[in-house]
Amino acid sequence: MAKSLYEVLGVDAKASGKEIKSAYRKLAKKLHPDLNPGDKTLEERFKEISAAYSILGDTDKRGQYDRGEIDESGAEKPQYDSYRGFADRDEAHQYHSSTGYRDFEDLSDLFAEAMRQRARSEGGGEFTGDAGRNRGSGRAAFKMRGGDIGYHLAVDFLDAVKGATKRVTMPDGVTLDISIPPGIAEGQSLRLRGKGQPGFNGGPPGDAIVAIEIRPHRFFARDGRDILLELPITVYEAILGGKVGVPTVSGRVQVTVPKGSSSGRTLRLKGKGVPAKGGKPAGDQLIRLKIMMPDDIEPDLEELARKWRDGHGYDPRRELEQ
Amino acid sequence: MTVIDEERVVVEVKGLTVERLHAWVRRGWVRPTLGEAGPVYCELDIARCELVRQLRDDMDLDRDTLSLVLSLTDQIYGLRRELRRTLRAIEQLPGEHRQLLADRLRAAENILDGDH
Repeated sequence: MAKSLYEVLGVDAKASGKEIKSAYRKLAKKLHPDLNPGDKTLEERFKEISAAYSILGDTDKRGQYDRGEIDESGAEKPQYDSYRGFADRDEAHQYHSSTGYRDFEDLSDLFAEAMRQRARSEGGGEFTGDAGRNRGSGRAAFKMRGGDIGYHLAVDFLDAVKGATKRVTMPDGVTLDISIPPGIAEGQSLRLRGKGQPGFNGGPPGDAIVAIEIRPHRFFARDGRDILLELPITVYEAILGGKVGVPTVSGRVQVTVPKGSSSGRTLRLKGKGVPAKGGKPAGDQLIRLKIMMPDDIEPDLEELARKWRDGHGYDPRRELEQ
Repeated sequence: MTVIDEERVVVEVKGLTVERLHAWVRRGWVRPTLGEAGPVYCELDIARCELVRQLRDDMDLDRDTLSLVLSLTDQIYGLRRELRRTLRAIEQLPGEHRQLLADRLRAAENILDGDH
């Protein structure tokens, strides 16, 4: 048999109307699903106590219930949609407040950018009528900012490193000069203010968000603000050392290869990477040496190697001994 | 979005009168949209009215307490939305990045555990 309505509210069958009300109030404060949105189990319990109270809180219905004229099933479960269901929909941010996390902006660039976007998309709404006491957003009767449009732009490796201006034509035929800041990275986006969808009811247009793709370079690669280059050297440059010409993103420089360099040795050219910008120091160019044999191994080189081996053998694999 | 006028709102929400609804709007508890012919409401606003009614009538909160509860509730739903957005963005990251993040979170928890 189902719990009696008195048991649901946790009161005695002889409880006064005041006691019943007070018991319901206490439970409702504790169990209200809209005030505890993360707990899905509360909703059923809350409905149960609401239904019990709809009978016991009403003197006539309580009398009928006590006389057995209606039973627990006569209790009407509330049919309204919970506020939580609406409030949890992303588009229903009319009542959402950012007060609970606004200070996260200091904590993380990620949140700062997300919040700027939020402020734009939410704050975009502006009442056309008397807005004195009402604040809201996102609804048809007032000015609304247009949506953002996503674009894609492929940029040459060196343009991404050094910065450049790219002329593009938007879908409406308008040409635009997009300024690519030096050091932009793959996957970053540029915002073109006002180049998105038009606004509603005289609201401002949205932005164009241009995602950057960087075309690979023939011999340079990038690691953050550093430029990576594999530099082929001759056997005699590796043995004797010497100056060799090396390409950098800002032109050719002479680099000294130290005497006795092995393949894999990495030389650092300070400040020859992505240029300094906005407090970030310039990156470096990292040159990884790679010893190349001549195309043909001539007899005298072979003879030299054999002679040298017999007198001066060495073991570059000693580290691999187990 | 269904547009609902205030007469309908009053019918939908038990114990609500037009005067009462106006008072709630004045206090900022409910925020209708200003249409050309007066305020208009949507289903979200009706659910909001129902919540306000329960807080006021069933739970007997005084006005100041009710404003405080609504303010905290709006902050919770705002946070829930941000958390959902953040998790959705994380879901789209490659598996190894998600794993890295999970490891970091676990590591952060371990540091807290050390305090016990």
